[in-house]
Amino acid sequence: MTKVTMTINGKSVAGEIEGNTLLSAFLRDDQRLTGTHVGCDTSQCGACVVHVNGRPVKSCTMFAAEAEGAQVSTIEGQANADGSLNVIQQAFQDHHGLQCGFCTPGMVMTTAALLKDNPKPTVDEVREHLEGNICRCTGYHNIVKAIMAASGQDVSAIAAE
Amino acid sequence: MYTFDIERPATIAEAVNALGGETMPLSGGQTLIPTLKARLASPDKLVSLAGVSEMQGISLDGGILTIGGTTVHADVATNGSYPALSQLAANIGDPAVRNRGTIGGSIANNDPAACYPAAALASGATIVTNTREIAADDYFLGMFDTALEEGEIVTAVKFPIPEKANYQKFVQPASRFALVGVFVAKTSDGVRVAVTGASNEGVHRWNAAEDALAADFSAAALEGLTVSSDDMISDLHGSPEYRAHLVKVMTARAVSAAS
Amino acid sequence: MPKDDGIGAATVRREDVRFLTGAGQYTDDIKAYGETAAVFARSTVANGIIKSIDTTAAAAMPGVLAIFTGEDFVEVGGNPAGWLINSRDGTPMHEPKRPVLAHGKVRHVGDAYAAVIAETVEQAKNAAEAIEADIEELEAIVNMKDALAGSNFVHDEIGTNQCFDWGWIEDNREATDAAIKGAHHVTTLELVNNRLVPNAMEPRSSRAEYRAANDEYVLHTTSQNPHLTRLLISAFVLGIPENKLTVIAPDVGGGFGSKIYHYGEEALVLAAAKKLGRPVTWTADRSEAFLTDAHGRDHVTKIELALDEDGNFLAFRTETLANVGAYLSNFATATPTFLHGTLMAGNYTVPNVYVNVKAVFTNTAPVDAYRGAGRPEATYSLERVIDKAAREIGRDPIELRRQNFIKADQYPFASAAGLEYDSGNYDALMDQMEKVADVAGFAERRKASEAKGLLRGFGVNAYIEACGIAPSNLVGVLGSRVGLYDAATVRVNATGNLSVMVGAHSHGQGHETAFPQVVAEMLGIDAAAIDIVHGDTSKIPFGMGTYGSRSLAVCGSAVVRATEKVINKAKKIAAHMLEVSDGDIEFNDGQFSVAGTDKSVSFGDVALKAYIPHEFPLEDIEPGLEETAFYDPANFTYPSGAYCCEVELDPETGKVTVESMTAVDDFGNVINPMIVTGQVHGGLGQGIGQALLENTTYDENGQLLSASYMDYAMPRADDVPFYTVDHSQGNACTHNPLGVKGCGEAGAIGSPPTVVNAVIDAMQSGGKNVTHIDMPVTPHRVWSAMQNA
Repeated sequence: MTKVTMTINGKSVAGEIEGNTLLSAFLRDDQRLTGTHVGCDTSQCGACVVHVNGRPVKSCTMFAAEAEGAQVSTIEGQANADGSLNVIQQAFQDHHGLQCGFCTPGMVMTTAALLKDNPKPTVDEVREHLEGNICRCTGYHNIVKAIMAASGQDVSAIAAE
Repeated sequence: MYTFDIERPATIAEAVNALGGETMPLSGGQTLIPTLKARLASPDKLVSLAGVSEMQGISLDGGILTIGGTTVHADVATNGSYPALSQLAANIGDPAVRNRGTIGGSIANNDPAACYPAAALASGATIVTNTREIAADDYFLGMFDTALEEGEIVTAVKFPIPEKANYQKFVQPASRFALVGVFVAKTSDGVRVAVTGASNEGVHRWNAAEDALAADFSAAALEGLTVSSDDMISDLHGSPEYRAHLVKVMTARAVSAAS
Repeated sequence: MPKDDGIGAATVRREDVRFLTGAGQYTDDIKAYGETAAVFARSTVANGIIKSIDTTAAAAMPGVLAIFTGEDFVEVGGNPAGWLINSRDGTPMHEPKRPVLAHGKVRHVGDAYAAVIAETVEQAKNAAEAIEADIEELEAIVNMKDALAGSNFVHDEIGTNQCFDWGWIEDNREATDAAIKGAHHVTTLELVNNRLVPNAMEPRSSRAEYRAANDEYVLHTTSQNPHLTRLLISAFVLGIPENKLTVIAPDVGGGFGSKIYHYGEEALVLAAAKKLGRPVTWTADRSEAFLTDAHGRDHVTKIELALDEDGNFLAFRTETLANVGAYLSNFATATPTFLHGTLMAGNYTVPNVYVNVKAVFTNTAPVDAYRGAGRPEATYSLERVIDKAAREIGRDPIELRRQNFIKADQYPFASAAGLEYDSGNYDALMDQMEKVADVAGFAERRKASEAKGLLRGFGVNAYIEACGIAPSNLVGVLGSRVGLYDAATVRVNATGNLSVMVGAHSHGQGHETAFPQVVAEMLGIDAAAIDIVHGDTSKIPFGMGTYGSRSLAVCGSAVVRATEKVINKAKKIAAHMLEVSDGDIEFNDGQFSVAGTDKSVSFGDVALKAYIPHEFPLEDIEPGLEETAFYDPANFTYPSGAYCCEVELDPETGKVTVESMTAVDDFGNVINPMIVTGQVHGGLGQGIGQALLENTTYDENGQLLSASYMDYAMPRADDVPFYTVDHSQGNACTHNPLGVKGCGEAGAIGSPPTVVNAVIDAMQSGGKNVTHIDMPVTPHRVWSAMQNA
């Protein structure tokens, strides 16, 4: 066991880890931040996406030891300070961009990263950016629509409801 | 995963010292970690290269783009000095993978469906290790096989920037790796065409196309050529004949798109 | 009174808040003091004899707490089949025992023969690897035709790999044969409905606790139907009394059928928790999910369509081999039979239908219901052969379908496959589809594609399906071993808010939002005052859960019935409070009033009175305001639709992209159009996945080649277009109180033939006479078909 320290959602934390402790396991089991989900073993589904030093990464494909000293953001830290949903979260609710909710944390974190780099993405850019996030429920329609709406773009032309 | 420790050296020398025995270097881990999860490797120690500052960063000097071994795909994608290479990097994996995966890891692993080996081979890149510099033509020895010795690590890759280049990837629909990828680079010395994804021999050059394109750098120059399906990969996603066909199609598209 | 949170409102989902903030609680999120981990040792061969299992070395490894093998479960029961099918000759199907852990033989790659409980997952994995299992590999039985012909059996004691040979309707067989024999034209098509891996994004997980003081068990598990799971464990597998076992399906990350069934892992963690006195959790890796979740589809079918000289359909006849895998999953036998054969008349007035299905055991993962379950297979066969027929006889595919549609004035309609359709209007659906998809503009769009060097195809499809399988009396005659009702308890609390306990389970369907809309509409109160309770057998009445697009049609009807009972009782209380007779009370907008006066009491006043029954007519009315209803439908519901899509095909690479997809569905009445549309979207995504991407392939040794996301292509955001979804043409279901039909599976049923029909059209437009291509329509397959045409 070795000690690791990092900042998670603005809070400095320390924990004991093994060499093979994944960041996702550290978040879920040690920090009890279970909003970060694990849906595959091959780094493809994206349910585990968190931000490390401002960049989205798959926390199931990064060792906790490699996050020593890092700034980590997870789904639990995304809401506004008053607890209300942030713009992205609100757009997902408004446009029914989630169903079972399992992929949702990764979708929200991936979206946050996209809109930071590309505040007004095109539909094609959004779809391409979601390459590493698999959803089995929504057929993606309302996820893409929610992301377009979160970026402040008019989504009225995208089929209703 | 089996149990192992992680060591995080700060210099190349420390990293090389730490390697040996049942240790493995850890770069971005985007291939290695899934491999470890599947219990297909059992190192007793991983040597993380992420903290080695000498292996980070991108620099342009005299038409040579030098990319540190631990530079992540996302940083190459946004660099832009070598547009075809940046475009290639921007299409590896997905955004999150591109923030961890590194060029050194990709080049060292030499997955037969990886993108970077095609760029390195077509560009006539030089693979820089902790002990030597290896020309790409001498470096890639076949599927998952390279000229790297035990304990040798890729510290940088030097790309001469060609006059024109382009990479075309036809993706395997599940993994999104290259079912066939073709990198075409045109320089004053001629044309180099490197093919990935297709062959049991791993990344390789298509010499006949290079000759034809050297004479006439146009898609039309490829029309009379055929690609042999011998040694092409056969799997769920494509037959050898299909891959051979795609090599020609993707080469033509790369030539047409080269800039 | 149109309420903004009542029936018909596109109310946003209240459950979203917890999912969007990471506060959802899925099974693997639940942890307590003393947690332990279970890992299974699984067969790496498809067929083998277990000669010996030596756990000595494994048991001595760090952290190991217990090891179980098949030997430990020989005294307990097997996981049963839920539906008895009789073969054409009247003999019952073969039902091999499905044990908790394999004993004697392993029968598919991934079949678990031992389990390790350890302090951590990695310790358990280490020990599972150290178990020394001597398994003699036998030749694998993979291909269905070979399985039927050979003398190598998945279950030696049965002596055949044929589970049953079912005919539907046997009495129609001769007439159907005769109609085909004498027909002007017969179109024949052999096709494969490709095996799919459901791939709910949350892998299966089960966690058990045992409380010795009361001899009680609690099982948290990824289930679509916790009461059914409890019943199976109690009555068939472990014999734990139902009143000593609580099954909780907390937040569940998608199901699509795969989480209907009871799996051995659930029984194992229960047994282990009792043995250790500590919580035991097992959570599947994705690779385990690929190997062990019940797969879907996997039919090989020959279908014939007979037509007269005017293009009237005379008969459909099919022969299908249906793969059931190595063991019978709970509804594996219902899916290819009563959920498939009964739909083989489609939307058509065809007089003769005969369906033959042989179910086949193979050394592969069990196959069971997956989104659509039998109906996609029926629709695909019908709508592909109709398309082929239209091409053969030179008819427009839309016109040929219209000619044979059941007409709007023919309902109720008795189909040639034995169902009575209650309502529908297929021409109206087709009219709407042609309008919203701008079918007339296709020729221009094709020109534009061709200008880019691409082929463009148009595909169309009409479907009917059957949801909310029922009634229990009928399904009992047909072989079902369960009832197919559902239940709800409406509890009005003293302060006027409500808890509605339902048998349905929500794992993406939005029940927590939609069900309150119904109750709010009926009671005239805010939906926000109504909470849905689901998923916990200690809290909810016995209901059958969520599958087959049944939640609203069946459980929602139970909610309506229970709410009606509440209103009736509340009227009595209000009459007493207002000192009038029951018959004088009117209930509107949440107010009980006396007709023709200004005297009234509110719903909240009545609720309080029910629980503080001072000056209460206790001789006539019990205190309290809580009612339960069980609802057993009179019939299936029959959603239907007209779908079309346009694809572009790159003739150089064979790559197909879906450029547009239009779904016009008749779901009857719609409670929450936002949720309904979302359900269709999801089905369309899965249908496009089946049509273009998802390929489950076993090699001849029974090894699953597409065993991870590296080889099993899941649809991603850039594989699909925006969809056009329209449910404006609803015809209310005539036999349930809400007039609803069910929308969960429609998209997955209607879209695969639509896509394949479009691909064929595209290839034909490029001068390639390809008349069929099997799913998934991969670039390689398209290119190969065009090379050979």
